[in-house]
Amino acid sequence: MEKKSRIRKIMELKNVYITHTNCITPLGFDVAANVQAIAEGNTGITQQSGMLPEPFYAGVIDNDALTTAFAAISDKKYTRLEKMMLLALQPMVQKSGVQLDSKTALLLSTTKGNITSLPNEGNLPDEVYLQGLAKNIAGFFGFTTMPIVVSNACVSGIMAVSVAKRLIQSGLYDNVFIVAGDEVSEFVLSGFNSFQAMSSVPCKPYSADRSGVTLGEAAAAVLVTKDSAKAKAKITGDGSINDANHISGPSRTGEGLFRSIEIAMKESGVGREKIDYISTHGTATPFNDEMEAIAFNRLGLENVPVNSFKGYYGHTLGASGLLETVIALESMAQNKVFTSLGYDEPGVSQPINVITKNEDRQINYFLKTASGFGGCNTAVVFEKTGNGR
Amino acid sequence: MEALKQELKEKIINVLNLEDIAVEDVNDNDALFGDGLGLDSIDALELIVMLDKDYGIKLADPKEGKAIFQSIETMAKYISENRTK
Amino acid sequence: MGAATQQWYLKKQAMADKHFITDYCTIEKGRIKRNGQEVFAASDTSFADFAKQAYKHAETEYSKFFKMDNLSKLSFLAADLLLKGQPLDGSNNTALLFANISSSLDTDVKFNDSISDKDNYFPSPAVFVYTLPNICMGEISIRYKLYTENSFFIFEAFNPEFFANYAAILLDTSRADKVLCGWVEFFKDDYKAFMYLVSKESGTDNTIENIQLLYNS
Repeated sequence: MEKKSRIRKIMELKNVYITHTNCITPLGFDVAANVQAIAEGNTGITQQSGMLPEPFYAGVIDNDALTTAFAAISDKKYTRLEKMMLLALQPMVQKSGVQLDSKTALLLSTTKGNITSLPNEGNLPDEVYLQGLAKNIAGFFGFTTMPIVVSNACVSGIMAVSVAKRLIQSGLYDNVFIVAGDEVSEFVLSGFNSFQAMSSVPCKPYSADRSGVTLGEAAAAVLVTKDSAKAKAKITGDGSINDANHISGPSRTGEGLFRSIEIAMKESGVGREKIDYISTHGTATPFNDEMEAIAFNRLGLENVPVNSFKGYYGHTLGASGLLETVIALESMAQNKVFTSLGYDEPGVSQPINVITKNEDRQINYFLKTASGFGGCNTAVVFEKTGNGR
Repeated sequence: MEALKQELKEKIINVLNLEDIAVEDVNDNDALFGDGLGLDSIDALELIVMLDKDYGIKLADPKEGKAIFQSIETMAKYISENRTK
Repeated sequence: MGAATQQWYLKKQAMADKHFITDYCTIEKGRIKRNGQEVFAASDTSFADFAKQAYKHAETEYSKFFKMDNLSKLSFLAADLLLKGQPLDGSNNTALLFANISSSLDTDVKFNDSISDKDNYFPSPAVFVYTLPNICMGEISIRYKLYTENSFFIFEAFNPEFFANYAAILLDTSRADKVLCGWVEFFKDDYKAFMYLVSKESGTDNTIENIQLLYNS
């Protein structure tokens, strides 16, 4: 009995923090540029054509800007997604002072990786395998540990944060660099289209006339560490529970999301009154947004200000959980919440408090949630640390 | 129309991987969704693709599917009136 | 194993509650073995045929099986061997920890085929939904009503070290009472599933060496 509680105490005592963040998106190639664009109500979603039979909306990164930015850090050949990921990671690997030794991990989150390199016939190039992608990223910086890849649908980006936290609390690693990314591709566009899940206008999370997702692409990176010196936030609790209901439709009672949030809050030792803001998944499909509203109400979180960042970026798949966390961390640092872009008339059966204008708000704790195909859900609670930025 | 109905039964079993159902088991007026054959939302989407691929019918509004796919009977009627292939 | 893991592991062994492998199975080359005993074989046949025969042999009665892609069928058959008979009332606190090399590439290639010819362009939603590796875990969660964690990782090769460590973390932090660890690799009819249950019940020690031994057996 005594040994058991000692282990639990050891694992509970160690705090885990996020100290560095970065993102590469259509709104800019650093966090400050992204936050400024969001504060000004600018969207990264534009009309595109070519990858689908009809024109469509998507959040696409400008190729010239990407090429130029990447040329500044390397002249070697990498895929487009790899360039996004390398650009996201590079500043923090350089500036954090963390040694890339046996106690430093690289955790990569993606749903489709280099799917655009999938040939129509013949053998698959190494980069199409997710470990091939990860090795290219790890090799650029000289990580000495084998990269860990998580591919768990659209919760991957935030699930990676919970995996990193556990790996550090267990003592296996002291530092974990997480990079998350996915591209807008014909593969994914045509798939979502076949699901009749794509909106013909830029997506409108939680709105009455919402009609589906807008896809997007981005890369995001964070450093998760036990070192509190430059902490932006402490990762206080996490939960990931499956709906056990359907492989593509969310649970009508929001069961998995409900349980995930409940566990994350319990581990954090916070009640509903302590959650100051929720950065939601909000994909703007009829079912997802409705499910979230039900789950939040079941938990008594219906008055907590919420927004979905998908109105600014589209749904960036394996990047979304991490990208949206990066922006939400800035909200917490600045004590300011941003408009949930695309929202107009309330369109969910149970009330939730969607943010309709930028406003100052003291944020000491926020919740990040995500859900995905396969019935997965992840919730993580973040606490402001005294160090702020 | 009989030939079309037979064809539809075979196609549905094939396209939707209904391994343990035989053509003889499917009645023209049985509910395809809900209690009848127990098809789900992904099956409905596959039937929309099948309408396009095999009969050249593009549904303007996917929600129309609910009425069309009620039974083999309703499907056959809709297809015979709208097919371009 | 890495130096860091070795140190961590020795410390853990000295202090922690121990974890044990209680049940395991392997599916490859047309053979299914459970706890070292062969339970079914149908060699010289495609996976599709083998899977159908194995399903019938198992007498599981789950018609959704035939809608699944290859990776999900493989995973389902393996999980079914170890979870069959357990209560389906939502009380089963078994987390799923799966990994492979090829992610969902076997199905990705199929989906890509359905969109590569612009004159015969009919993307299939039933195929697309399986172009994510974690769907195979979702199918198992649905079947066995597992309101638990599902996590899918990708490695270059079978990684007993990660399985041992992460399963231990899940059990030590009370995330689940049991962990179903699954190596489920499938690409172009080349497949191997190796699954085992880890818990605090007595059995074989949950060590990297033992996991590798059982995988090789």
